[in-house]
Amino acid sequence: MRKHTLAAAALSGVLLAPVLVRADETPLPRQEWSFDGVFGTYDRASLQRGFQVYKEVCSACHPVTHLDFRDLTQIGYTEDQVKAIAAGYQITDGPNDEGQMFQRPGRPSDPIPGPFPNDQAARAANNGALPPDQSLIVKARPGGPNYVYAILTGYKEAPAGFKLQEGMNYNEFFPGYQIAMPPPLSDNAVTFADGTPATVPQMAHDVTSFLTWAAEPNLDDRHRTGFKVILFLIVAAGVFYAAKRKIWAPIH
Amino acid sequence: MADNRPGATARIIRWIDYRLPFVQFLNHELNEYPTPRNLSYWWNYGSLSGIMLVVMIVSGVILATQYTPSADLAFDSVERIMRDVNYGWLVRYVHMNGASMFFAILYIHLFRGLYYGSYKTPRELLWIIGVIILLLMIATAFMGYVLPWGQMSYWAATVITNLFSAIPLIGPGIVTFLWGGFTVGDPTLHRFYALHYLLPFVILAVVLLHLVALHRHGSNNPLGIDHKGPQDTIPFHPYYTIKDLFGLTVFLLIYAFFVFYAPNFLGEPDNYIPANPMQTPNHIVPEWYLLPYYAILRSITFPIVFISSKLAGVILAFSSLFVLFFLPWLDTSPVRSARFRPIYKWVFWLLVIDVIALGWVGANPPAGIVVTVGQIATFYYFFHMLILFPLIGKIERPLPLPSSIGAAVPIGGARLGGVEAPLAKP
Amino acid sequence: MADVAQQNIPETHPGETRRDFLYLTAGAIGGIGVAATIWPFIDTLNPARDTLALSSTEVDLAPIQVGQRLTVAWRGKPVFIAHRTPEEIKAAEDVDISQLRDPQKDSDRVQKPEWLIIVGVCTHLGCIPLGQRTGDDRGPYGGWFCPCHGSIYDTSGRIRQGPAPLNLWLPGDADMASKALYKFTSDTAITIG
Repeated sequence: MRKHTLAAAALSGVLLAPVLVRADETPLPRQEWSFDGVFGTYDRASLQRGFQVYKEVCSACHPVTHLDFRDLTQIGYTEDQVKAIAAGYQITDGPNDEGQMFQRPGRPSDPIPGPFPNDQAARAANNGALPPDQSLIVKARPGGPNYVYAILTGYKEAPAGFKLQEGMNYNEFFPGYQIAMPPPLSDNAVTFADGTPATVPQMAHDVTSFLTWAAEPNLDDRHRTGFKVILFLIVAAGVFYAAKRKIWAPIH
Repeated sequence: MADNRPGATARIIRWIDYRLPFVQFLNHELNEYPTPRNLSYWWNYGSLSGIMLVVMIVSGVILATQYTPSADLAFDSVERIMRDVNYGWLVRYVHMNGASMFFAILYIHLFRGLYYGSYKTPRELLWIIGVIILLLMIATAFMGYVLPWGQMSYWAATVITNLFSAIPLIGPGIVTFLWGGFTVGDPTLHRFYALHYLLPFVILAVVLLHLVALHRHGSNNPLGIDHKGPQDTIPFHPYYTIKDLFGLTVFLLIYAFFVFYAPNFLGEPDNYIPANPMQTPNHIVPEWYLLPYYAILRSITFPIVFISSKLAGVILAFSSLFVLFFLPWLDTSPVRSARFRPIYKWVFWLLVIDVIALGWVGANPPAGIVVTVGQIATFYYFFHMLILFPLIGKIERPLPLPSSIGAAVPIGGARLGGVEAPLAKP
Repeated sequence: MADVAQQNIPETHPGETRRDFLYLTAGAIGGIGVAATIWPFIDTLNPARDTLALSSTEVDLAPIQVGQRLTVAWRGKPVFIAHRTPEEIKAAEDVDISQLRDPQKDSDRVQKPEWLIIVGVCTHLGCIPLGQRTGDDRGPYGGWFCPCHGSIYDTSGRIRQGPAPLNLWLPGDADMASKALYKFTSDTAITIG
């Protein structure tokens, strides 16, 4: 059994190796997240502030393709609040009996509409760049939430001698250091309903938390269930080991 | 017949068994089956593999009730499973991490066989069937990875199917045939889905053959010597059933940790981006369990006589698996277990390090020292298989074997290996 | 040969009860583990959250004139909304329910007598009865008529002739998952489900 532990340790080292070797960019500063670690959970107040940031800043260019309005009840909004949020959007529906598409107020069961009808329209409005869908961005980038936070707070003056291309912005953590998105956040860009001061780090933290939830809405459930499963398995392992020793006693 | 007396149950069982010897069969193969008494925990990995096959089939069928195998809907259907289907996230993560667990278990099972000579006579066919299972698993896993239709799904499919274009003359035609079009696309996805659903049941059948071959001569054991009689064996139940159950629980702990706390650790973030045929990811990397073959594939950066570097890489990568078929004949050692093979005992670990190094090479972009290490590691792999296996068996002087398992491992405990102990009284 | 292998296991001796308790515990833990694992897999087949989100429909009744009928979709089935005329209401209330195959008072089938809201699926074998569009055959009772096998419903949607065994269902009655009916959110609007 000792050999097994040794093998497991060696394998873990190997599994980590690609992660360590591939860091050819500026290392990401690690933030503290409420959902970090085995006992991590989402902070709903932060998620709601993050949704506000998304809605008032990011949604101008970025869709959240996999979110429906009804999903917002998971971050603490009531059914009525969600109905009101949805009703504030116009959704294209149809065709009606005349064969025409028409607009109607949103319902909780509708997907949250993106700012553009298709990718081509999005590119046309953004100098050829396509603002990526945000509903999975946290899982779609190495570094996850730390990466998204770093991008949002990583804008600075290009260092002397750095050739910044037309229409691009210098960002310390974006691969290649040049990003098409201009800095989206500035102090007090939104006014938080709960009175939290809307500094750039605060907004970046909240919107990143929101986006982490958007990518992984079942995290709380997963951690809770995982705790019960692992506890059960530890007890089971103990009982089975005792039974094994007992049964094997005459042989050993 | 709805009588509750124990006699009635026995009568029903007898009635069935007389016509279809089902209970008798299970009793012989799983209950009283004489198994070497000295099996270590390295022998748990066979039953673990079987259990993982069942887990993958069950979770896969459940996913199949919700997944849509169409290029424009596949990615969204997976996200729907993750978000809307009750416990969908659990089944998906179980299936996704289950593939990794399955390969980890299988590779340990394979290396156990390498160390203890489980491939040697009379278990050559058992070993060969095992290699067939490995090949089928690699094919299944590769096709399964395409199904979510993420960036890595699409581009890994493109790269790997393009390998066949290296075949002279007919290569490009074969690739078009595999794709069902001019690139990886909707037809490719549909056929990969059909085959991914089919192959596990083929694997199931081959596993049954594997078990039939196993039960012909029984399990090998850490001493590598045949069991000669009842003093060497114990019934499979309850000894190995409980040991397997305990091993399963420990394994499930590791599996559960990945599923519940690090479900995407072994995966690629790029696969959460929907497939874009117009844009290739910066680094195309397969899942970790395919990295060594990928490294060998990329290691040939120069043509060999009339064979292009691409074709040479393809041939070597496939050969790295095919060479395993010949292992029972490549290895010339008269003894099975590395415990009694003083040279091979250490050389074995060189192969382990080599395979891990190949994995590291496969994970990294092919530049600088990575290429050099990859070439050395590829060379060593074939050197080990084709030169060292025959050579070491010939030049090595094996340690004296114990007279029997019962002698080496008598009831009541004793030191193992090479020390003679009186035959225990039954 | 098997007997000798069996002889390697010692005879039972004092301490067996403790051993048996251990095995019993192990068996129970194994059983609980298997059951707890199987349930989520089966639960994936229950309606998913997006399906459940579409489980209620709101209908604005204001545009429906007296005597008019509207069909809306609810949980994948048609729902007949009939703005009944006084004659239709009287015909429905005057029936001697002891003569009915599926006795039910009209007042038990409506919340407001001028609005009949029933599921438009024949209780025989599931066809959609005629009677919603002008010009449709409504059968001799002025209700609905199913063309598949000739079931005839009255102005309360109750079965009068033909092979159907039950009255047309109220929303939720045939759905084992919930007893949700409909409710008036105002004088001219309902939420079904």
